[in-house]
Parts: sequence; structure tokens; C-alpha cells
Amino acid sequence: MSNVLPPIAAASPAPVLPPPETPWHRLRREFLANRLAVVGLVLLLLAVGAALFAPWISPQNPYDIGKLDIFDSKLPPGSRSADGAMTYWLGTDGQARDLLSAIFYGLRTSLLVGGISVTAALAIGSVVGLAAAYFGGWIDALLMRIVDIQLSFPAILVALILLAVMGKGVDKVILALIIVQWAYFARAARGAALVERAKEYVEAAQCMALGWPRVLLRHLLPNCLPPLIVIATIDLAHAIALESTLSFLGVGVPVTEPSLGMLIANGFEFMLSGHYWISFFPGVALALAIVGINLVGDHLRDILNPHNAH
Amino acid sequence: MLAYIIRRLLQALLVMTVMSALVFVGLYVIGDPVAMMASAEATELERDAIRANFGLDKPLLQQYAIFMAHALRLDFGNSFLTGQSAMGLILERMPATLELAVVSMLLSILVGVPLGIWAGLKPQALSTRGIMTGSVLGFSLPNFWVGLMLIMVFAVYLGWLPASGRGATVMIGSVDLSILTLDGWKRLLLPAATIALAKAALIIRVTRAATREALPMDYIKFARAKGLAWSRILRVHLLKNIMIPIVTVCGLEFGQVVAFAVVTETIFAWPGMGKLLLDSIITLDRPVVVAYLILIVFFLVMLNLAVDVLYSVLDPRVRLQAAQA
Repeated sequence: MSNVLPPIAAASPAPVLPPPETPWHRLRREFLANRLAVVGLVLLLLAVGAALFAPWISPQNPYDIGKLDIFDSKLPPGSRSADGAMTYWLGTDGQARDLLSAIFYGLRTSLLVGGISVTAALAIGSVVGLAAAYFGGWIDALLMRIVDIQLSFPAILVALILLAVMGKGVDKVILALIIVQWAYFARAARGAALVERAKEYVEAAQCMALGWPRVLLRHLLPNCLPPLIVIATIDLAHAIALESTLSFLGVGVPVTEPSLGMLIANGFEFMLSGHYWISFFPGVALALAIVGINLVGDHLRDILNPHNAH
Repeated sequence: MLAYIIRRLLQALLVMTVMSALVFVGLYVIGDPVAMMASAEATELERDAIRANFGLDKPLLQQYAIFMAHALRLDFGNSFLTGQSAMGLILERMPATLELAVVSMLLSILVGVPLGIWAGLKPQALSTRGIMTGSVLGFSLPNFWVGLMLIMVFAVYLGWLPASGRGATVMIGSVDLSILTLDGWKRLLLPAATIALAKAALIIRVTRAATREALPMDYIKFARAKGLAWSRILRVHLLKNIMIPIVTVCGLEFGQVVAFAVVTETIFAWPGMGKLLLDSIITLDRPVVVAYLILIVFFLVMLNLAVDVLYSVLDPRVRLQAAQA
């Protein structure tokens, strides 16, 4: 192989320095060094991929009632459909839906609800937390007291009561999840901002007579973001689990847009008669997605934590 | 210390008032409980009679004022459905929930603390990696699904344990307990294991982190230099110092378990107050929902307070100050 190299490279007089490592490169290198984290990332990408491409990769559209054949209901995994056209690899549920397709569509609802609610909670919580830290005084005291009170309540209870009052619906579940989650971000953002606020660049920005929204959003926010992103990753797992729990209890998403929690709930009634797969496989899909997110989040926290910096 | 406690109690009172008002209005807006109470054939006259009977014909503000006036005398109204005292209904169900919560917390502490200490002492061992992977699984798996799978394996396929209900109980005073009968234990085991799996995973992580933090400390080195046996160092020097984070987590998680009972009790048809809450939400039984919330706020505040007070008992260095409240 060496003879194909141009001779000039070997005879190059000055030693070639490797390009300086950017923070992104360092993040990527350290992330990929951990095998479990990579497994988590793969699981997460698979879940997101299945959710995004559900209409194209599903063997069947599980919500097209015309395509369902009632004779195919509650078939065990690996059965052929009555018309011989397809194989139900993961079996069918009580309404003869192919479980694999139902899981792909269910992942869609679960990830959508989780993703939107966490992003919104991150945005609202960060701004509240930054404002509390930046202004201090009574604004800080008031905002943080609200956060304290909110965090003293278990999330499941608050979400349950909110949904009882608001009724079912994807939008309502998202709203309930935002309300139970923003306070975590507010507290974390305030903590990070209190540290950053004392630094000179904030003083410099203030000396330049920049308006407070600009100092807050352009100067403070980017520097407080890493810990918040870690919390958001792990919180995504919580949000998905919470949504599925609420849907399982029957107060979450409506029957027309079932999430994984709803599929599991539907299988519950058939489980005692031995039709295990209707609850089992959606649960496995849910668990794999959540494990993936947790592994990624866990490792991101280790890398981004300045105490662990090498 | 006294000032601190009083301040916390006042805060709880405020939260209870705000919560009750929000839920009162919220549940008033969403539906007419009379539709649930009256039979389908009831005439409008009969419906009006029911409304008048429960004071539902009055304006909302007046209803709330009446409720508050009664609440000051610890009377939280009667259930729309059964006519019994709402708080009485909840208190009747409370032993079942608390029993489940206490047993599952004890189970998770018994499993979690030793495993966590082990993982902290031997961070590189293969067994530690197994424990830590297990703990990631433990709090990643959706809890209600774990419950379903346990039912499937132990109740449906193996047939070892019953899947639902509370079984035989023994009355002690006015409280009935399952833990005194074999049948009760059999029924308690699956729901308790479901909760304990998730909580043990958390306790393992906290204990491990605390152990790793305490190990390089001078007092541990000194104890070793004195030639003390490892078992004594663990029991006396290490365990005492890692108690604070463990007690915090256990205290806060106990509150979570009681609140999460809504889910566990639904799966296992456990007749506790969580299941009562869900049923009451579905039937719009407003007095029961409001009474439950007031009780749970009080319970959570007391629990947080107890954890804080326990700090100063466990660690004489901690001083509670009213200013921090």
C-alpha cells in the first residue's frame, strides 16, 4: 500500500499537527467511547425511525378499519392472516390489528407527546429560571416558591387531576405534561444561571447597556444550556412513561390515536386468558425506547459534567 | 425549629386552600354529577331534588363558601355517590394503601442499600456492572407494565400467586391489615414487588454514589489505620454517614409511592385510596376528589417535614432554620 502514497508526503519537512479538537468533536469522541451509550443511541434512533416512517414501513395501516379482518383477532405471533396475504410477526390484538404496525403508530404518538411537551417545558422553564436568577429579589422568591410547591406534588397526581378537569386528547395530555415538567427546568436553569451571572461576560454585556432580554437570551442562556439538555434527555424518558401511564389509566390520549400505553391497556383484558402478546410487545417497545433514552442521557450527563472533565 | 415547623404548616394550609379551589372549580366546569347520581328515567323534578339535596343548585361561589366553612370544622362533605362522609371513605381505604407502600419501601431498602454499598465498594467488579445495568432497567421499565408482566408470569402461567384483591385481613383496633395473614401476604407480594423494583433501582444509585463519596474520607482511613474490622467500619462509620441521602430519597419516594398507588392499585384491584381517587374522578364525585387532595397535600407536607427533622436527628451538624424554610 505504501508505494501508492506520493513520496512528497513522506518527505514533508514540517510535522503535520492534528487540527485542534472542537468541543463537538470531543463530545462525539467521548460519547462513542462508551459502548452502552452507543447501544442507547441506536435504540433511540430505531424508535425515532420507526415513529417517523410508520406509514411506510408498517405491514398494515392499523387504523383503516376496512382492512381489518375480524377472523384475524387475537392471533398469536407468527400467524398467517386469514386471506394468506401477510404474516403477523407479533400477533394481532382484540380488533385484529397487526401488533407490529400498531406499535409503530403507537411509538409515533408516544414520542410526539413526549418530545413536544419536553421541548415546551424546557423553553418555559429555562426562561423562568433565568429570569429568577437574573432579577433576584421578590421575583426570584415568588417564582421559586411556585416551583417548590409544584415540585412537592408527585407528577402523576397533578397530571391525573389536570386531565380529569380538561378531558382526553393529545393536546391536553401535552399541556398537562408541560405543566408538570416546567418546574424541573426552572429550578435547574436558575441554579446554572446563578453561577453564570457572577461571571465577567455578563457584566460586560450589562456595561454595554444591552437590554435584559438580550443579555438573558443571547448571553446567559447559551452558557446554561448543557445541564438543561441533559435534564431534557432524561425527562423525555419520564414524559413518555408518564404519558403511557395516563393512557393506561384511561385519562390520556383518545382511542383514535393510541399510544403504546393505550395498546398495553387494551391487552390487559385479554392477558388473564393467556393472550400475553397484546400487552407484552408494546411494553417491550416502550421499555426499549425508554432504556435507550436513559442510557444516552446518563452518559451525556457524565460527559458534560465539568467535574468529570479530563 | 418550632418557627420552622409552623412556617411549613402555614405554607401547607395555603397550598391546600389553593388546590381545593382549583379542583372545586375545575370539576364544576367539566360535568354535572347529577347525571351520574340519578337513574336514566329520573324526571327533571327528581334531578332538581337531588341538586337541592347536595346544594348543587346554588351559585358556585356560594357552594365553595359553604364547603370552606365546613372544611374549617374538618367536615369535607359527603360523597355524591354513596352519601357517606368523603373523608371517612378515604380514611377507610388508607390502611390498605399505607400497608402496600410501607411493605414495598421496606422491600426496596432491604434490596437496594446492600447492593448499593457493594457497588460503591467495588466499582470495577463485574457484579457491580450487573447491578448498575439492572438498576437502569429497574427505573426505565414502565412500572404498570412490570406489574402486568408479573401478573402474567406468577398468576396466569405459574398460578402461584393471586392477581387481584386484598384477601383476608385482620382487624387491629379500627385498622385492618393483610400482613397478618398468609393469604394477605400472597396478595401483597406482587404489587409490592412491582413498586419495589423501581424504588430499589433508585436507592441502589443513591447508596452507591454516597458510598463512593464517603470512602476516601479521613474518618474511614483512620478507622482502617486503627485496624478495625471492615464489618465494623461499614456498620458504624460508613452506614451512619451515608444515611442522610438515603433517608431523603426514601422519605420523598414514600410520598411518590402513595401517590403512584393510583396506578398500582388499579392494576392489582387493590382496594386502597388510589383506586378510590381514580373511581371518583371517573364518576365526578367531587367531594371525594377534593378531600383526597387535601389529605394528600397534608400527608406530603408532613412527610417532607419529618424528613427534615430526621436530618437533624441523624446528623447533629444540621441545624434547621426558619430562614431556610
